Amino acid sequence: MNETNQIITFKINDLDVSAAAGQTILDVAREHGIGIPTLCFLKGLTPIGACRLCLVEIKGQSKLLPACVTRAAEGMEVITHSPRLQEYRKTIIELLFAERNHVCAVCVSNNHCELQDKARALGVTHIRVPYRYPRLQVDASHMRFSADHNRCILCARCVRVCDEIEGAHTWDVMGRGIDCRVITDMNQPWGSSDTCTSCGKCVHVCPTGTLTEKGVAAAEMKKRGQFLPYLTAMRGTKS
Amino acid sequence: MSAKIRLATVWLDGCSGCHMSMLDMDERLLDIADKIELVSSPLMDVKGFPENIDLTIIEGAITNEEDLHKVLGFRKNTKLLMALGDCAVTSNVPGMRNTFSIDELRSRAYIENASAEQQMPDAVVPPLLSRTRPIHEVVNVDIYVPGCPPHADIIFYAISELLAGRMPDPAQMGKFG
Ligand code: SF4
Ligand code: SF4
Ligand code: SF4
Ligand code: FES
Repeated sequence: MNETNQIITFKINDLDVSAAAGQTILDVAREHGIGIPTLCFLKGLTPIGACRLCLVEIKGQSKLLPACVTRAAEGMEVITHSPRLQEYRKTIIELLFAERNHVCAVCVSNNHCELQDKARALGVTHIRVPYRYPRLQVDASHMRFSADHNRCILCARCVRVCDEIEGAHTWDVMGRGIDCRVITDMNQPWGSSDTCTSCGKCVHVCPTGTLTEKGVAAAEMKKRGQFLPYLTAMRGTKS
Repeated sequence: MSAKIRLATVWLDGCSGCHMSMLDMDERLLDIADKIELVSSPLMDVKGFPENIDLTIIEGAITNEEDLHKVLGFRKNTKLLMALGDCAVTSNVPGMRNTFSIDELRSRAYIENASAEQQMPDAVVPPLLSRTRPIHEVVNVDIYVPGCPPHADIIFYAISELLAGRMPDPAQMGKFG
């Protein structure tokens, strides 16, 4: 059977929808204008299901599934919004705020930050889990960019764009749990990286104020991620 | 209209920007003024804690023993407590000291950066708590208004709702920062 020609029909919030085999729930939901909140997902990069913000309910299953990596299946009944999902999504955002040191008022990404936007959209007015206040580094060794780990949400967009699009694979993930960090090369200062081409792609896909251009003041760092769909589309037409 | 609402505003570890933002309600302050009785605020010289407060609005995080004393005292005497602004809600900039030990902080402030009289204070200055905390980590908070500072429109909305006997909608509360 030719997989790409197979059409699947299923339901999202009681709406009958169809999808090509292999399409994710998120993909189909977006085609129909149904908003599922996402953070680690970025169109043009391989989805990895890291942040869990896009969790949805499937009727008849107790387990919640991340819409960005779950493929639509025949007859599936997906629920994208419910009090339970809302509660989980809020908690995920709160955990991200509590895990590092987010001080929006003095952050270069204030007013241009996807984490901040998600918090507002989900009605997060305060953080119900205790703040951890870890002591973290700022790597300002790169000539043009800096990495402030106090604001990282470990979405790995930087890792993926550098590997999949730039082909440099400068970024990687090290450690587990609360010790988890994104690192450059073999955990050496970014400025001493042998692989980084200084293309700036990681800076502009980073959803937070972690990776930034140098020389911007509070609230000045506007990301320009528009290049990504363009680049992936161009590559698609070549192959 | 029934009896006036007894209102207290409190200034803990914050920059006073949230109180300034309250003043930025401008002429709308006059609408509110008719409906409230201000029983304590940084603008007044009130000792101790007034009793039977209806609404206490707190700006600032809890950083030292004096802040802690105030927050406990006001909570005991108020029906509703509003955390106003990021310092009260998240600990914000005052909380940036939390990744350092008190010894490191004190030595930086009173020894390393002091050009004269290098000595640790042992009186007058209230002792620091081990960490700067948002209000809700210490006492129960009923209304959260994030923002640094929160916009005057949002403060006006929150207070108006409370004066009308409704809880403000958290979805209208703006954002951090
Ligand atoms: S990265 Fe976003 S959420 Fe974190 S401090 Fe900066 S603006 Fe706030
Ligand atoms: S600037 Fe480009 S090459 Fe360097 S780490 Fe970022 S994405 Fe990779
Ligand atoms: S540095 Fe930015 S892009 Fe990379 S994992 Fe952290 S938040 Fe995500
Ligand atoms: S967007 Fe699906 S897990 Fe992050």
